[in-house]
Order: sequence, then C-alpha cells, then structure tokens
Amino acid sequence: MADRERGGAFFVAGTSPEEIFTPEDFTDEHKMIAKTTLDFVEGEVLPVADQLEHQDWELTQRLLRKAGELGLLASDVPEAYEGLALDKVSSSLIGEAMSHAGSFALSHGAHVGIGSLPIIFFGTDEQKKKYLPDLASGAKFAAYALTEPGSGSDALGARTTAKLSADGKSYILNGQKQYITNSAFADVFIVYAKIDGEHFSAFIVERGYPGVSTGPEEKKMGIKASSTRPLILEDVHVPVENLLGEKGRGHVIAFNILNIGRYKLAVGAVGGSKVALQTAVKYAKTREQFKQPIANFPLIQGKIADMQTKLFVAETIAYRTTGAIDAALTEVDLTGEKGGQVAAKAIAEFAIECSINKVFGSEMLDFVVDEGVQIHGGAGFIQDYPIERMYRDSRINRIFEGTNEINRLLIPGTLLKMAMKGEVALLQAAGQVQSELLGMIEPADEQAPLGKEVHAVEMTRKLFLAVGGMAVQTYGQKIEREQEVLANLADIGIALYAMESVLLRAQKAAQSNKGDAALQSDMVQLFVAQTFPQVELLARDTVAVMQEGDDLKMSLAMVRKLTKYTPTNTVALKRRIAKRVLEAEQYLA
Amino acid sequence: MNILVCLKQTFDTEARIVLEDGRIKEDGVQFVINPYDEYAVEEAIALKERFDGVVTVISIGPARVDEAVRTALAMGADEAVIVDDPAAFGDEFTASTVLAATIKSRPYDLILAGNQAVDDGSGQVALRTAELLGIAHIGVVTKLSVEDGRVTAERDAEGDTEIVEAALPVMVTAQQGLNEPRYPSLIGIRKAAKKPVERLTLADLGLSAETVAPRAQIVETFLPPAKGSGRVLEGDTAARVAELVSELRQTSKVL
Repeated sequence: MADRERGGAFFVAGTSPEEIFTPEDFTDEHKMIAKTTLDFVEGEVLPVADQLEHQDWELTQRLLRKAGELGLLASDVPEAYEGLALDKVSSSLIGEAMSHAGSFALSHGAHVGIGSLPIIFFGTDEQKKKYLPDLASGAKFAAYALTEPGSGSDALGARTTAKLSADGKSYILNGQKQYITNSAFADVFIVYAKIDGEHFSAFIVERGYPGVSTGPEEKKMGIKASSTRPLILEDVHVPVENLLGEKGRGHVIAFNILNIGRYKLAVGAVGGSKVALQTAVKYAKTREQFKQPIANFPLIQGKIADMQTKLFVAETIAYRTTGAIDAALTEVDLTGEKGGQVAAKAIAEFAIECSINKVFGSEMLDFVVDEGVQIHGGAGFIQDYPIERMYRDSRINRIFEGTNEINRLLIPGTLLKMAMKGEVALLQAAGQVQSELLGMIEPADEQAPLGKEVHAVEMTRKLFLAVGGMAVQTYGQKIEREQEVLANLADIGIALYAMESVLLRAQKAAQSNKGDAALQSDMVQLFVAQTFPQVELLARDTVAVMQEGDDLKMSLAMVRKLTKYTPTNTVALKRRIAKRVLEAEQYLA
Repeated sequence: MNILVCLKQTFDTEARIVLEDGRIKEDGVQFVINPYDEYAVEEAIALKERFDGVVTVISIGPARVDEAVRTALAMGADEAVIVDDPAAFGDEFTASTVLAATIKSRPYDLILAGNQAVDDGSGQVALRTAELLGIAHIGVVTKLSVEDGRVTAERDAEGDTEIVEAALPVMVTAQQGLNEPRYPSLIGIRKAAKKPVERLTLADLGLSAETVAPRAQIVETFLPPAKGSGRVLEGDTAARVAELVSELRQTSKVL
C-alpha cells in the first residue's frame, strides 16, 4: 500500500481498490491463526457448549486458560510483557473465530479486549509488568466496569466515587457497577470512579481487595454462557499506583477502549452470522415440504442470498477498518511507556469507521439470525435448535459498546469535530459539491463492469456532502439537538462506507484473481440495488425537515439529479447468489 | 534422533465432494493435513521433545501443500521438504518411489506416517516406501515406545492388539488413538514462518517422469448412489428371516 487510508477520508473522496485491505489479503499466518482458533473452538468449546450455557464458571476459566496456552489471549499484549503483539487483523480473526463458540466468545472478548486493553494502552510500565503477563497467559482474568445503574450511555454521569486516603497511599472507592462481563471470576477489574465526586478516572481494582464483591448473576435473555453481575465497591482501598492514566482523564481511556470494542464487536457479529447462515442453509436443504427441500423455493433462496450478501458487506467493512488501523499503527512508534497511548490515538483516527462497523455489524447479525429462525419455521422457536440461541444471543449487540443510537449520533458528530480540527477536508468538499450541482452530472456508465454501482457510490458521497452541508448551514452549532437529522446523515454515511467497501473489494478481487470475483460482483449489485434507493429516501426526508416551498423543490430536484438509477434484476442476482451458498453449505466470497 | 514424517494434504473430512466432468472439484475446498498423518506429526514431535533431534516433514503436492506443511511446522516440526512437480503426483507407486528417493539421501532413525490417507484410502504408500528403502515397517500403530534403539509398538490386528518390536530404523504408521494431536500455538505459527522448507522437483531427486509414471489408471470416478428408504419386513420371525436371506442373496447380492 503506497498511501494508507485516513480515518473519515471516505466522506470526501473515493479511493482505489489497492488501497483498502480485504479478506483476500489475509496472509498464510493470518489463516493459520484463524484455523488454530477455530480448531480450539470446535475441539474444546463446542463439545461442552451446553455446560457453558448453564454457567459453569470453572469450566469457562479452564477453557480460557487453555486458550492462553495457545496464545489466544496474548495477541494484543506487547512482547515486552510476554505477549505476541500481533497485528489487529490477527486479533480480529481470533475474535471472529471465537464467536463460533457462542457466548463463550464474550468471556474471551471481554478479557482480551475491554479488560486488558486499558492497561495495554494506558498502564505505566509497573502496571504493565504487574498485570499483563498474567492476563496474556490466562493466569488471571480481567473485566471492565464502566456502566452503573444510573449511567449507561451517559458514562460520565457515574456516581462511583474515589477519595484519597488520609495517608495518601490509596484511593477509597465506593459505588456500584452494573452488567459487568466476566464478573463471576475476574481477578482484575478496570473501574471508573470520580475522584472527589468530580474527576472521572480509571483504576485497576483487584478482586482480592477488601470491600470488593459481586452481586447475583443477572438472568439474561441471551449470551448466557457469559457471566454478568453487578460489582459492588464498599470502602475499597485501591493503592494510588493503581490509578490508570491521569486523574480526571478517565474519559480518554473509556472512549478509546470503546472504539476497539466496536470494531471487535463487528468481527464477532461476522463470525456469529457465518454460523447462523450455515445452520440455516443446512436446515433448508434437509427440511422437506411439498415433497422437496425448502431450499428449492425462491423465497427461501432470497433470504439466503440476503443473509450472505449482508454478511459479505459486514465482513468487508470490518476488515477494511481493521486493515486501515494496522496500516496507521505501522507508522507510529509503539515502543516505550507511551507506546500504548500512541496506539490508542492512532486507532481513534478511525472512531467513525468503528461506529459504522458496530451499527452495521450488529444490525446485520440481527437480520441474519432473524431470517435464520424464519427458515427454521416452528423449529426455530424451539430450544433444541441452535438457531434459537443464536437469535437470543444476537440482540444485545445493538445495545452494548454504545447503543446503535449513540453510535449513529457519533458518526456525524465525530466527523464535524474532525473537520473543525482540519483532519478531514469536509467543508471544502461540501463547497465543491454545491458548485458541481449547478452543472451537469455525468451519468452512470452502464456498459462498464459495475458501472452503475461505481456511479451510485459517487452520488451517495455527493448526497452526503450536500445534505450534510445543508444541515450544518441550517442548524450551525445547534445541530446536536437535531438527533433525527444526525441519524439520517449517519445512515447515509454507513451506506456510503458499506457500498464503497464492497465495490472496491469486488474490483480488487477481479484484478488480483483472488476471491470469487463473479460472486462478489453479484453481491455488490444486489447490495447497491437495495441500498441506493434507501439513500435517496433518507436524503429526501432530511431535506424536507430543513426546507419548505421553493427551496425544498429545488433541493429535491438536486436529490433527483444525483439518484438517477436504473433498477437491477435482483431476483436473478439472488437466485445466483443463493445457488452458490447452497452448494457450498456455508458463507463464501 | 532424526525423525521423518510423510505427510499428505487431503480434503477436509467434512468437505463436500463434487464431481465435474468425471473429476473431483477442488475449488472452494478446505484442505487439511491427512488426519492419520497428523497423529504421525504429533508422535514425532513428542519423541523429539523426549529425545531431542530433528523432525523433518516430507510431502508431495502442488503449492497449496505449503499450508499443511506450515501447520506441521507450527505444531513443532523443524523443517520440511516438498516435492512440487506435476510428474510426481500419481498413484501409490509414484508416491512411494518419490518418497523413497527423497528419504534415501537423508539421515533418519525413525519414519512416521499415517496408516492411510482419508482421500484414496489405499494404505499402501508408507509401507511400499519402507520396502523400497529396505527397512522394516509396523503398520496401524496405536501405541509406540522407543528405547535404546528399539521400538515397541501396539497395533490393531483384526480387533486384537498385537505387540511388535523392531530395531531402528523403522517405518511406523499411525492409527487413530496413537495420541491427541496438539493445536499449533500462535507462537508456533510465528516460528513456522521462519523454518526452512526445501522444494524439490523430480530432476533434483534423479528421477524422471517415465520412471515414476503411475502403474494404476483411474477408469471412472463416481459418487456412491443416494441411499434409498428402508423397508420393514413383516410377518412372523421365520418368514422375516427367510425374506431377509432371500433379499440379501438376490437384491443386494451380499451372500
């Protein structure tokens, strides 16, 4: 890659296929890491899945330790602290493969992700030396305690307090945290509290400190193989050296960790969806009605094509973002005590992409498991069928790591902040689009391969800039209050990143002869055919919020100009895509 | 101790076999180490961990074989040799001739292999290789111990266990139950990337396409017929037995 991708840059300009990372770029080492993880899941976890579902925390810990022996807990830990310091594509592949194990993946993910990363990124050398080798090997397990009964999305509204002791040697923590993954057995908790009720800060709290306890297991709708309890802190003396990061700078840690949690959630959704799709396809091929497998029926095939295609999109954007983060990380010096913070900052450049992945991935997973249940018919409603568990397990993904609503607000919100700081040339691009709109818009070259799709992506970018520019002009600083407009802009932005990514992947596959270029091309056509009309609708709706009368008429004419698009025969596409998935009996690309 | 492992890359055991123009389609198929060979790799690494030495993996096949070989290296084998030459891909005669030529020039105390490959299932290659090398072989082994230049092996023998002793060097083929192969660890995977893999052609081995040309010819490849539904025999026991015998004789012709 000559030039690396910049965070948020896709809003203002297109890029070439070679510049994005795609699953076709996985190295042999990447594939072997994924294979080892899958073999571990299939050989060790799935045979005891039922027991895990009934909350045998001893077993969970045993399996996590075994994962540790294989190095599956060490991918993000620097080598100086007995980790493997693998690239983020490797840790994403581990996360994806782990999610084949149902919600055991959450025990793993919470430990290696939100549990360990705060120390990896923001710990002092002493803190890293003390905790990271044990967390990397599985001698100790970590959890992350941010949410409270009174503060969820508004994380900074936490009520847990920390007060420096009279001798100045410790902070005394009091409060209650809620919905803490791994709380049944974690040895180390990253806890957020306000020093003197004011300065939001993070602490490393050991389970063994007097005053630390956990409440009863929550009775959850799904992800039952993961432990979720409240964490109770009663006059807990935490040594001052366990303050993580700077006093009053806890939000920096919290937000950075969430960025990573978000793209990791997306790769987990990709892994979970692959299992759900495979389960549904196998069922559709064996279940007979009207004297034939239901997989023969076009409406079932249509579902399978939609599941496969959305999964392809989610996979593509998840690894595009992960690859872009890896490219950014190779540019900075990760050694030394500040190396972790440098890494967190490099990752934060992709905060918008992380949010897009979180939203798209979790909604894709919900779609896939929902259609999976539908394909199973009545059986999908019965607990004996794995799809029933997958359906319940999916639902939380739209809620945790920042609700999809919060993430939607963050997408345009973060973009504006980046534009103010000069990190994305948004205003210039918006200005340029306004002048372009006065002239002729070059129509799509429908003869070229994926010509319609290339055009749709470019027009979506222009629409985002035009409508977004209008919103900024209309509301100025008060745009924050216009949540509906922001969410619409976010949806156009998500559509843009999603359509552009799959288009570039298919073009790259066709050029490089890697991957299944014909299938990818079909999926790009289907996805754009389904998405571009939605973009038009969103743009029209949003414009109508801001304008009326002749202004509105003019703006709608502008939208029409940008959204000219000849419909595609989606039935033919879906039948072709489904045929391939039914043959392979699994996701393929 | 120098241990050689003969390794074949095969279809994943769960792969769906699709025929196209009378040939098995390879597109989109997941390839793995032949599961029996995986036991051989594990046994070799375990022995090396006990006695020290070098484990060398030897394989025949196209570029894709690299993945299986790297996996064995990631498990703990030290080096590998791949004979990558289309003329070396043939029948059991071809494979054993090529393997014997590859092994001949190398030092070895013990050769391990799977007792058969899950794809063609002939169970011949390792034993024929041993014959060509002029060394003893013990097949279908479920337990192996090595002590003072001798091996003691337990082998499956028609449902019984046979205990066989031999002096090194010897060829031993692995049966399921010999051990539980380890997963390649992430550290192992990283190390594997730096381990030496030698790639050879027939010419490097002093062989020619003619000398190793297959002796067997595949006449036809076909999938087993789809299983029909069963039939429950009716009537009293005597009548059912009579009907069963007649069915076995006349319809399925197994008696």
